[in-house]
Amino acid sequence: MIGVLDYGMGNLRSIYNAIEETGNDAVLVDETEAFDDLSHLIIPGVGHFRTAMAHLRQRELETAIKAYAGSGRPLLGVCLGMQILAAAGTEGGAEEGLNLIPATVQPLSASDTLRIPHVGWNTVVFHRPHPIVDGIKEGRDFYFVHSFSMQCEATDDVVATTEYGAEFVSIVGQNNVVGFQFHPEKSQINGLQLLENFCDWDGQC
Amino acid sequence: MLKRRIIPVQLLLEGRLVKSRQFASFRDVGDPVASSRVYNSQYADELVFLNITRDDRSVAPLADLLAAVAEVCFMPLTLGGGIRTIEDVEFLIRNGADKVLINSAIYENPSLISTAAENFGSQAVVVGIDATWNDAQARYVLHSDCGRLPQPVSLEQHLETCMEYGAGEIMIQSIDRDGTMEGFDVPLASCVAALCNLPIICAGGSGNYEHLKEVFLEADVSAVACGSLFNFSDSNPIRAKAFLSNYGLPFKIV
Repeated sequence: MIGVLDYGMGNLRSIYNAIEETGNDAVLVDETEAFDDLSHLIIPGVGHFRTAMAHLRQRELETAIKAYAGSGRPLLGVCLGMQILAAAGTEGGAEEGLNLIPATVQPLSASDTLRIPHVGWNTVVFHRPHPIVDGIKEGRDFYFVHSFSMQCEATDDVVATTEYGAEFVSIVGQNNVVGFQFHPEKSQINGLQLLENFCDWDGQC
Repeated sequence: MLKRRIIPVQLLLEGRLVKSRQFASFRDVGDPVASSRVYNSQYADELVFLNITRDDRSVAPLADLLAAVAEVCFMPLTLGGGIRTIEDVEFLIRNGADKVLINSAIYENPSLISTAAENFGSQAVVVGIDATWNDAQARYVLHSDCGRLPQPVSLEQHLETCMEYGAGEIMIQSIDRDGTMEGFDVPLASCVAALCNLPIICAGGSGNYEHLKEVFLEADVSAVACGSLFNFSDSNPIRAKAFLSNYGLPFKIV
C-alpha cells in the first residue's frame, strides 16, 4: 500500500488521485502506527520548510519517518517534501530538516531578470540512471513551482538537474530515498510514469 | 529552459461554464468537467477556474467541481472567485486546488496574501487584477467585485502591495478586451511586467494565435490565459504551441 503523508501541508488530493490513476492503492497516513502497513511512503507538501518541520514534530512523525527510511522501503519526497529530506533549510528562518540526504536548501538565486517563484514547465536533465526515471525520455518538461532549491554535498546523490538562473537539483536519490523538486502529480503523462516507477520500485539501486 | 504557458480560463456561473464579453452578456459554453478532460488531453499547461456567480459569493460550490476535475486532470489547477478569508483559501487547497486566485479581497485586506503565503507558500497565491483604460484620467483604473467597483489605488501602487505581501503570481485582466477576441492589451501587459518581478499571466482578448505571439514577443509575460479563443473556435493549446514555436517561443515537451 502506498502511503501519502498527511501532516497539514497542502494539497494531498492530487497526489492521491495520481497514485490511483497509476493503478496502485493509495492511503492517507497521519499517524505513526499506520507506517507498518506501507510498502511505499510519499511526503508531499507545499509551503514553508520551517512550518513543515514544525508540523511533523507536532505530530511526532519525524522519528517515524526516519525509522521508515531506515527499514529500506522506498521513500519519496515531492517539492517541499523533497526539500525537508535535507539536513537544513533557510525558508522562514534556519531550521534542521529530516537529514536523510546530505544537502541544504537555499533560495533560488534572485536576479533582476529572473522572476521568482520559478513557476511552470522546465526541462529535467538526467545525470545518472536510476530505476525511478526508467522509460522517461531525455529533455522532457515537468511542472515546477518553488522559490527554494536543494544543493547536494555528494554529486552521486544528484539524479537530475534543472536550470533556472543557476542549476539546481530536480531529482535527488540516495539508496531507498528519492525526491522530486517538481510536481509529478501535476506533470501529466510523464509525471504519472514517474509515480508508477516509484510504486513499482523495491528501493534498490 | 523555463517554458511559456498557455492557460485555458473557465468561468463558472451557477455551476455552468460561461463566457463573458467585457464582464457581461454571458453565454453558456458547456460543462466544466467535460471541457477540463478535453484540455487535459490537449496538454494544456494549467487550468484556471473563476466562479463569477454574483449573488452567492461562497467558495463551497467550487469544491465539488474541484473534486471532479482533479480526478481527470493531472495538471496545475487554480481556483478563484469569492475568496475572502484564509479559511476560504485553506478550504480550496485542501480540496485539490494548487493555487488560489484572489482579487477583490486584496483591496481591503492585503494581509490575506501574506497569511495565505505563510500557510501554503507564496507560489499558491495568484493575485487577479482587473483593469480598464480610462481616457479622461489617462491611466488604468482597477476594479474589484467582478468589474463593478472602481478602486482608487493606482496599478503601480497595487502591484507594489502584492509584491510586498508576498504574492506568487499576477494575473492581469483587461476588462476592455474581455471576450472581444481583438487581441490582448499589450501596453497593459508590458506595464505590469515592467513594474513587477513576479511571473505575469496576461488575460483578456485573445482571438487567434497572432495575438498570443504578439503579447509573448512584446511583453515579458510568463503565460497567457485564454477563454473565448478555445471556447468559440476550433483553436486548441496544441495548435497554438505549434504556431508559436515558429517564432522561437519555447513550450513544454511532452
